[in-house]
Amino acid sequence: MLLLFPGEVAEQEAKLLFAQGRGELPGEEREDSAPTLSLPQTSLARCSNVTPGLEIHFILLFSRQGKLRLQKWYTTLPDKEKKKIIREIVQIILSRNQKTCSFVDWKDLKLVYKRYASLYFCCAIEDQDNELLTLEVVHRYVELLDRYFGNVCELDIIFNFEKAYFILDEFIIGGEVQETSKRSAVKAIEDSDMLQETVEEYMNKPAF
Amino acid sequence: MPAPIRLRELIRTIRTARTQAEEREMIQKECAAIRSSFREEDNTYRCRNVAKLLYMHMLGYPAHFGQLECLKLIASQKFTDKRIGYLGAMLLLDERQDVHLLMTNCIKNDLNHSTQYVQGLALCTLGCMGSSEMCRDLAGEVEKLLKTSNSYLRKKAALCAVHVIRKVPELMEMFLPATKNLLNEKNHGVLHTSVVLLTEMCERSPDMLAHFRKVRQLSSSQLVPQLVRILKNLIMSGYSPEHDVSGISDPFLQVRILRLLRILGRNDDDSSEAMNDILAQVATNTETSKNVGNAILYETVLTIMDIKSESGLRVLAINILGRFLLNNDKNIRYVALTSLLKTVQTDHNAVQRHRSTIVDCLKDLDVSIKRRAMELSFALVNGNNVRGMMKELLYFLDSCEPEFKADCASGIFLAAEKYAPSKRWHIDTIMRVLTTAGSYVRDDAVPNLIQLITNSVEMHAYTVQRLYKAILGDYSQQPLVQVASWCIGEYGDLLVSGQCEEEEPIQVTEDEVLDILESVLISNMSASVTRGYALTAIMKLSTRFTCTVNRIKKVVSIYGSSIDVELQQRAVEYNALFKKYDHMRPALLERMPVMEKITTNGPTEIVQTNGETEPAVLETKPPPSGLQPASQANDLLDLLGGSDITPVIPTAPTSKPASAGGELLDLLGDLNLTGSPVSAPAPQIAQPPFLLDGLSSQPLFNDIAAGIPSITAYNKNGLKIDFAFERSNTNPSVTVITIQASNSTELDMTDFVFQAAVPKTFQLQLLSPSSSVIPAFNSGTITQVIKVLNPQKQQLRMRIKLTYNHKGSAMQDLAEVNNFPPQSWQ
Repeated sequence: MLLLFPGEVAEQEAKLLFAQGRGELPGEEREDSAPTLSLPQTSLARCSNVTPGLEIHFILLFSRQGKLRLQKWYTTLPDKEKKKIIREIVQIILSRNQKTCSFVDWKDLKLVYKRYASLYFCCAIEDQDNELLTLEVVHRYVELLDRYFGNVCELDIIFNFEKAYFILDEFIIGGEVQETSKRSAVKAIEDSDMLQETVEEYMNKPAF
Repeated sequence: MPAPIRLRELIRTIRTARTQAEEREMIQKECAAIRSSFREEDNTYRCRNVAKLLYMHMLGYPAHFGQLECLKLIASQKFTDKRIGYLGAMLLLDERQDVHLLMTNCIKNDLNHSTQYVQGLALCTLGCMGSSEMCRDLAGEVEKLLKTSNSYLRKKAALCAVHVIRKVPELMEMFLPATKNLLNEKNHGVLHTSVVLLTEMCERSPDMLAHFRKVRQLSSSQLVPQLVRILKNLIMSGYSPEHDVSGISDPFLQVRILRLLRILGRNDDDSSEAMNDILAQVATNTETSKNVGNAILYETVLTIMDIKSESGLRVLAINILGRFLLNNDKNIRYVALTSLLKTVQTDHNAVQRHRSTIVDCLKDLDVSIKRRAMELSFALVNGNNVRGMMKELLYFLDSCEPEFKADCASGIFLAAEKYAPSKRWHIDTIMRVLTTAGSYVRDDAVPNLIQLITNSVEMHAYTVQRLYKAILGDYSQQPLVQVASWCIGEYGDLLVSGQCEEEEPIQVTEDEVLDILESVLISNMSASVTRGYALTAIMKLSTRFTCTVNRIKKVVSIYGSSIDVELQQRAVEYNALFKKYDHMRPALLERMPVMEKITTNGPTEIVQTNGETEPAVLETKPPPSGLQPASQANDLLDLLGGSDITPVIPTAPTSKPASAGGELLDLLGDLNLTGSPVSAPAPQIAQPPFLLDGLSSQPLFNDIAAGIPSITAYNKNGLKIDFAFERSNTNPSVTVITIQASNSTELDMTDFVFQAAVPKTFQLQLLSPSSSVIPAFNSGTITQVIKVLNPQKQQLRMRIKLTYNHKGSAMQDLAEVNNFPPQSWQ
């Protein structure tokens, strides 16, 4: 199996927010639909150890080829279970037509997803939560990434995945939004980076 | 040892791998290097190694051996180490890991660190993955940080508190004092997280909810007015670039406030009253050209529908959803369907207005929208629109994806049962479901339909003809074939006679009918159960058809050697019926009686065993406790068709001495009791004292009524029950009936229980029977005495219920006795 598809790198360089009105959700993309996969519906029961009342249960970022780029879990699950869920969800979402809506019922949760260029952003929320607002949360996260990296693309997230996590942690804690100001969130990250850089410079130690 | 390669370098290298195997090899090599570095306790490169490990973990490779290294990084003094350490802890550890406990101390130290970003890391980690032990240990620190003036820490502490409460609800009260001033904050991050915290407390504890609703109403910091004020400022304020999303000021905060208002206003008039105005304002002033505006509007609608809002406001909310339903954006349509489903119970008529749009959504290509539309469509079915809605839903059932069929089919069954305008429509609908989605229906659909068909006597000819046509040449839908086989067996004579009024009658010969059933028997698509249905059907036809009995005999004898044990047993039994008991065959294969629908919670007592030939063979299981006995007694009462009936507890034969006559007195003195337990152990009386008024110690039976002729009250399946009458000479209003039960079959009937019920104007007493076994071949009888008090000298009527075991199966039958001779009651 080839790991990099022809044209994948070019796609990974595509700006996530390119050609889309900054500051608002992009409209429906009209592109060729993703390849249809058959879905083996694993019959695993509702995640055993779910914390009730969570706004967002987990967030996944994955590419059009189904490669995981980021995973953030706000519920406690064994690693094996997580892998199984990721596989299942990636298949469900990649098999959906581009023209369909952004919501899928999945077990007793709801998946809210949005594609930005080559990257899918997917959140699992509870049934009574506001799906439309979750789309805004996803969009805000993309905006934060964009502001931090400057014209963010998938490659930025691949090579700086830890930064993507840091940004997410400044935006969401325990499945709830902690900061509604773009400026504050990015500033916190930049200040932390400064702290990191300064220490490293002074100590003259290698960075990772 | 050379310096390990940098993280970016590793990522680049791994990306050059052309195959999965190549990638695996690279990773294994790198992992080996990382492991040996860990072993050497290398502090310089630990951070780099853990970061690389995290990348491999994301690719799906095992990284658990880095867990302890994460802890070491957290304990390090360097910020870079801490940052990667906490990130690794959140990714690699889950709360069941033992290393977790080691982390608590590190987090505790960092929560008191002098740098806010270190404190922030600790708070974030605790808020994302803290176990309940950790939460207990660190709740005090969190509470302290919740009161700090540093908004960066305060907002994180608030969400940490939310996590602590979710993990350990009893710690909730601890955070109550700190919530006092949270809403006076200007910083939106703190405001937002505070509202989340307050929501969590209100949702989790009714006490907290009451506290925030009421207690504060005296103070200046009432919760609802405070929230209303913040919301008002948000929608009235001008453009603030920091919190603006498409021209809307901080939608995240607005939505959270609306949600908290919903919880506060639910079932509370005062709070609801206080928020009516602002909800109307939000509902009318929100710009809806963008998704974000609709997000707020959607939340507003949910709040309006959930609290005790004014009726005008509710109309406004439903209209917003109506507009959503027509929106071009699929997401908005989905949300509209979801929320209409939530409101359909309370505002049924308002939702009903959007019916046609909703039904249109059934044709959408998107499964998410289809599912919501299907659920909503079923919720909208009622007596007035059932025909139209069902047409749409049947069409949907035809064309929908397999994942919907089972739900859709059972939805149709339920709605059809509830709102069927006619029996014919009902039968047609179920048949249609069976033909289109037969393999998806639940198992109980078959007996339910059979019961429905038997009970619609006038529809028998029509139904059997329709079913015959439906399975002609197609045996793939098993439930349909089962119902059809059963009906053909039962009503084969009607099919052949072609006397169908509803439809163009078809001309079928007996042989053609048998052809079909035989094809079902040999078709490889037929399940074993289906074959059983078909064989029994063929057997039944032996009494309904005239000129094909020999053919039937042949078929039955062929299956006497079937490898299917169930089928073989049936065939052998039927064969024996032909050979040894041919005289009983017509009686045994008689048409099934109309089945009573039992409406208790208990299992419906429909013959589940695929068309048994004997009436009402019950499975020999102990009656479930609870409602069952009472309902049986009530069944008996129902039989007399009125509420003016007194049930009587039968007395079972027993050697146990009578406990007291008083019990029986109570029994008779309390004759208004309805539905006394029947199968429960009845009061036992061996030697009945005579209890009827003025009768005690006086000779009861006197042959003055010698002239009253006996009657045969019951004669079925070899069980015969005769009634002999005597009139008491002391009290002429008492009739004494002696029953004699005899058994003409070749096997004993055991556990025989005779029960009787009379209209309320009578009083009835059943004495103990002489035995509970009726010996075979009429070689003995059971006698039992019934005394009926008939003060008004009305015509006697009686319902009787017989239960006994025969040939290993529990039998039960009911009968009405109306042919009492006039002398017995006049």
